[in-house]
Amino acid sequence: MKFVEGSEIRDTRAPEGPIEERWEKRKFAAKLVNPANKRKLNVIVVGTGLAGGSAAATLGELGYNVKSFCYQDSPRRAHSIAAQGGINAAKNYRGDGDSIYRLFYDTVKGGDFRARESNVYRLAQVSVNIIDQAVAQGVPFAREYGGLLDTRSFGGAQVSRTFYARGQTGQQLLLGAYQALERQVAAGTVQMFTRHEMLDLIVADGRARGIIVRDMVTGEIERHVADAVVLATGGYGNVFFLSTNAKGCNTTAIWRAHERGAYFANPCYTQIHPTCIPVSGEYQSKLTLMSESLRNDGRVWVPLRKGDDRAPGDIPEDERDYYLERIYPAFGNLVPRDIASRAAKNVCDEGRGVGPGGLGVYLDFRDAINRLGRDAVEKKYGNLFEMYERITGENPYDVPMRIYPAVHYTMGGLWVDYDLQSTIPGLFVIGEANFSDHGANRLGASALMQGLADGYFVLPTTIGDYLAAGPFGEVDEEAVAEAELKVRSRIERLLAVNGTRTPDSFHRELGRLMWDHCGMERTEESLRKALERIPELRKEFWENVKVSGTAEELNQVLEKAGRVADFFDLAELMCLDALVRTESCGGHFRAESQDADGEALRDDEHFAHVSAWEYSPEGVPVLHKEPLEYEYVKMTQRSYK
Amino acid sequence: MASSNGKKAVMAVTGAVMVGFLLLHMLGNLKIFLGRESFNEYAHALRTLLEPIAPYRSVLTVLEIILVVSVVLHMWAAISLARRARQARPVKYVAKKSQAGGYATHIMRFGGLTIALYVVWHLLDLTFGVVNPKGFDSAPADRMIAGFDPSRWWVTLIYLVAVVMVGLHLRHGVWSAFQTLGWANRARYKALRATASLVSAVLVVGFLAPPLAITFGVVK
Amino acid sequence: MNLTLKVWRQSGPTDAGRMVTYKVEDVSPDMSFLEMLDVLNERLIVEGDDPVAFDHDCREGICGMCGMVINGVAHGEQRATTTCQLHMRHFEDGATITIEPWRAAPFPVVKDLVVDRSAFDRIIQAGGFVSVPAGSAPDAHSVPVRKEDADSAFDAATCIGCGACVAACPNGSASLFTAAKITHLSLLPQGQPERLTRAKAMVDQMDAEGFGGCTNTGECTAVCPKGIPLDTIARMNSDYLQANKK
Repeated sequence: MKFVEGSEIRDTRAPEGPIEERWEKRKFAAKLVNPANKRKLNVIVVGTGLAGGSAAATLGELGYNVKSFCYQDSPRRAHSIAAQGGINAAKNYRGDGDSIYRLFYDTVKGGDFRARESNVYRLAQVSVNIIDQAVAQGVPFAREYGGLLDTRSFGGAQVSRTFYARGQTGQQLLLGAYQALERQVAAGTVQMFTRHEMLDLIVADGRARGIIVRDMVTGEIERHVADAVVLATGGYGNVFFLSTNAKGCNTTAIWRAHERGAYFANPCYTQIHPTCIPVSGEYQSKLTLMSESLRNDGRVWVPLRKGDDRAPGDIPEDERDYYLERIYPAFGNLVPRDIASRAAKNVCDEGRGVGPGGLGVYLDFRDAINRLGRDAVEKKYGNLFEMYERITGENPYDVPMRIYPAVHYTMGGLWVDYDLQSTIPGLFVIGEANFSDHGANRLGASALMQGLADGYFVLPTTIGDYLAAGPFGEVDEEAVAEAELKVRSRIERLLAVNGTRTPDSFHRELGRLMWDHCGMERTEESLRKALERIPELRKEFWENVKVSGTAEELNQVLEKAGRVADFFDLAELMCLDALVRTESCGGHFRAESQDADGEALRDDEHFAHVSAWEYSPEGVPVLHKEPLEYEYVKMTQRSYK
Repeated sequence: MASSNGKKAVMAVTGAVMVGFLLLHMLGNLKIFLGRESFNEYAHALRTLLEPIAPYRSVLTVLEIILVVSVVLHMWAAISLARRARQARPVKYVAKKSQAGGYATHIMRFGGLTIALYVVWHLLDLTFGVVNPKGFDSAPADRMIAGFDPSRWWVTLIYLVAVVMVGLHLRHGVWSAFQTLGWANRARYKALRATASLVSAVLVVGFLAPPLAITFGVVK
Repeated sequence: MNLTLKVWRQSGPTDAGRMVTYKVEDVSPDMSFLEMLDVLNERLIVEGDDPVAFDHDCREGICGMCGMVINGVAHGEQRATTTCQLHMRHFEDGATITIEPWRAAPFPVVKDLVVDRSAFDRIIQAGGFVSVPAGSAPDAHSVPVRKEDADSAFDAATCIGCGACVAACPNGSASLFTAAKITHLSLLPQGQPERLTRAKAMVDQMDAEGFGGCTNTGECTAVCPKGIPLDTIARMNSDYLQANKK
C-alpha cells in the first residue's frame, strides 16, 4: 500500500506555560455560551459508554439540546460495562506518596512516551473529580470498615490509587452515567435513540453538522443535523474478530468520520491483554478476560519440554518453566501487560503451549492455595474462579487455569487536539474512540478514568468554546442528501451481492489474518503479506458476501456486513501504520526492533511522533506527523528485569 | 390504593385482619372441649360485648362489618391484581418451569377461590343453619355437634380440606404480608417464614381439633 | 452433540409467531448457548433463510442484552448464569430444547427472540438516579458510608437489567428490577434526599408500563443471573408506603 507524507500537524489548543496551569488557563480562555442560547444549540452524541453517556448527560445538564444514539437496546449496555478492575485517581487517600504529578508521570511512561504531556497531565488532574462525582451519584465503591473508600494497587503501580467496586467497576460507573443520562431524558434536554446505528457523518461548509443513522428496527434511514457532533463509539479491537470487546463493537462511526476528513492517529497501537481464557474451538465468538489481579497470586508456567502432553499435575517441578519469574526476576508474574503477553506468545511459538492447539499457558494457584489456604484464595478470587469454571468446565482449585493473550483495547483512534476536537471542525471525539492519552500502551484502570474525564469534565467545557460561535444555521441540503445517498447505495450494494459466504466467515478470516500478521509481534514481512492479502479478501467480500433478508427490517446480517466492510479498510490502515513505524513501542512490537535480550526497542529519534493518517479516496493515505515533546518526563527505555 | 403496590398493601392489611379474626374464632371453637355450656356462653358473650354501654350485638356487628369489608377488599385486590397479571402476559409460554417451587403461584389464587366458596357453605351451615340439621333456631353448640355428626363425615371432610387450604394460603400469605408491608429483610427471612408456618400450623390444628373430635365421638 | 431446537419465530411485532423446529449437528460441549445459535444462523444464512434474531453483546454476562427462555426457564436452568454464559455441556446429546423470547406485554417482541425493553429505561427515568450535576459533587470522603451499607447497596446495584425477572414472574412483574435500583440508592446517604419521591415515581411508572404486581413468589430472584435478593422488594414496598403516607 502506498502512502505520502504530508505536512506536520500540531495541537494548537493547549496553552503554554507550566503544565499544572494549562487546563485552568484553557478553561478560562474558552468562550462561554449564554445560558439562553444553549437551548438553541443542538449537539449529537454517538455512543453511550462512559465517555458518551457522561458527555450527553452533562451537556444536557448544561442546557444544550442533545440527541444521544446507541446501537444497543438501552444506553446502559455499552461495553464500558464490562470493565472489571477499577479506576485510577490521584486522590492520595492512602498517603502513600501518590499525586497528580505521579499519575501523570506513570501514564506518560507507561504509554512508552507516545502520548501528549498536556493531555495526560489534565487527565491526572481531573481524575480526582471523577471519584467525587461518582460517589455523589451513588456508585457503590468498595469501602473500608471506617466508611472510607478502599483502594488497591493495580497493574504493577507502586501506589494504591485504584478505586473499585468488586470486579464490576465499569458496570457501576456506567450505571452512574446512565442514570444521569436518563435523568436528562426525563428532563427533556436529551433525546435518546436506541437501536440506531450511525452510518455516516454530515459535513457541510467545512463543519461536522450531523449524522445519517439507520433505525435498526424498521430499517429506516434518518438524518439528524446539529451544531456539533461528538463521537464516543469506543475502540476497534473487533477488527481481530476475537477480542474481549462486545460483539457489537465496531469501527464504522469513526471510520466514516475518517473518510469524511478526520485524521486517524496511531491505528496500529493495540493492547493485548495477557490473562484471557484461551480459544476452545473454531466456533469461538469472543474471548473473556480474567482480571489481571490473578497474577498477584497465580504463577505462570509451561512445560519445559516441547510437546509435553502430560496432565499439569503429572509434570514435576523441575520439568516446569516458570518463564516470567525466570526472565524477569524483579517483577516476575507482575510484568506489564504487553510484556506478559509477548512472553506467552514466545513460549507457545516454541511449541510449549498447553491446551487445544497449544495456544495457552498455565496460571497455577497450587502454591497460593498451599501458602494461604483454599479459603483465603476463594475469598480473593472466588468469583473469577467460578466464571472460569462456568466457561471451561474445569475447576481451577484442582487444575491450573489456562490463559492466553487476547486483544483488549485500542490506543489508536481519531486524532484530536487538546480540546478533543478532530481535524473536522465541530467533530469531537472522546473516550477510546480518540487516540489521546494512553500513548502506545494503556495502564490498567486508566480507560475508565479517561472516558469519564472526557465526558464529564473536558468536553463539556471545550465544546462550549466551539459552540459559542453558533448556532450555525441551516445545513446545506446537498451535503445531507449526498451523505444519505451514500448510505443507501452502500446498503443496496451489500444486499445485491447475494454470494455464498456469510459476513461472519469473512470477519473470522480477516481477524485471523490480523492476529497472525499484525498481532502481538509484527515484522515487515508479515505486514507486507497482510497488506497483500487484505485487498484480496475485501474484493472477495464485495463479490461473494451473502446478506439475507431486506433493508426494511431488523436485519442483524446486514448490520454485521456493513461493519465488516469497514473493518477491511481499517485493517489495511493498521498494517500500513505498523509497517511505517519500524520501532517497537508499547503495544506495538516490531520484531526487527529489539535489544539483545529480546525487549522492545524504541526509536525516539525517528518515531517520537503521533502518526495521523488522512484518508484518500484514491487509496494513497497521507501521513501527518505530530511531533511529541517531553518537557517534564524524561524519555527512558522501560525495563522490568 | 389504586397502584399495584397499594393493592398489595390492602391485601396485606385485610389479610392481617382476617388472620386476627381466625385466631379468635379458633380460640372460641376450642371452648367446645369445655362443654356445650361453655361454648354457648362464649357465643352469647360475643353478642353482649360491652353491654350495657353498647346495645346488644352492636360490637359484634361492627366487627362483622370490618370483617366483611376486609373480605371484600381482599378479594377485590386479588381479582384486580390477577387481571393485571393476565394482561401483563397476553402470550403464554409454550414451556414454563418454575424455579421457586411454584408453590405460591398455584396455591394463592386457586386456594383463595376454594376458601371463598367454602366460607359461603360454612355460613349457611353453622351461622345461619340453612343446611344444618338443627336449623337456625338452635344453640350454637348443638349446631356444631350436629353439623359434624359421624353420619355427616363428608361435612367434616369438606371442612378439613378447607382448613388445610387456609393453612397453605397463610403459609405464603402471612410471609408475603411482611414482605409487602416492607418489614422483611434478609436477616429476618428465616424468622418470618417460621412465624408464617407457625401461625398456619396453629390455625390448622386449632380448627381441626373440634370437628374431628366430634366426628370421632370424643365430644358429644 | 446433536440437538433439536424448537425456536419461536416471529417476523415482526404484528406477526402472530410460531415455534419452528431445527436440527443442529456436531455441537461442541464447550460452545456457549449463543455460539450454538451462531452455528445454526450461519447455516440458515447460507441456505438463504432468515437467521434467528436474538439480542446479545458483551457475551460475558454483564451487559444484560441477551436473554431467552430456555426449556421454560429464563436464561436456562443453570443458576446465576446469563444465556451467553450458559454452555452446551449442560445439555444431553439428542435433547430437544425449546427457546422462547421474554414474554410480557411491556416487552413486545421486535423479532424472533428480540424484545423491546425500553420500559426499563423509562422506569429509571422516573427517578432511578441521584440528582447531582457534573462538577457539583463534594469530596468523596466528606460522607463516610458504613461498609455493610455499601456492600448491600452493591448487591442490589449489580442488576444488569436483562429482564429475566419479568420473564420468570407468573405476574409479569418488574418488581425485582425496580426494587434493585430503589434499594441500591436507598441504602446510601447520597440517595436519601430523593428516597421517597424516587420510590413513588418508579413504582408508579412500573405500573404505567403495564407490568403485573408482585405476589412474592420468588421466581424472579431464582432466575436472576446476579442473584438480586428478594428483600429488595420489601425495601421498595417500605419506601413506597412511606412515600404515600406523606
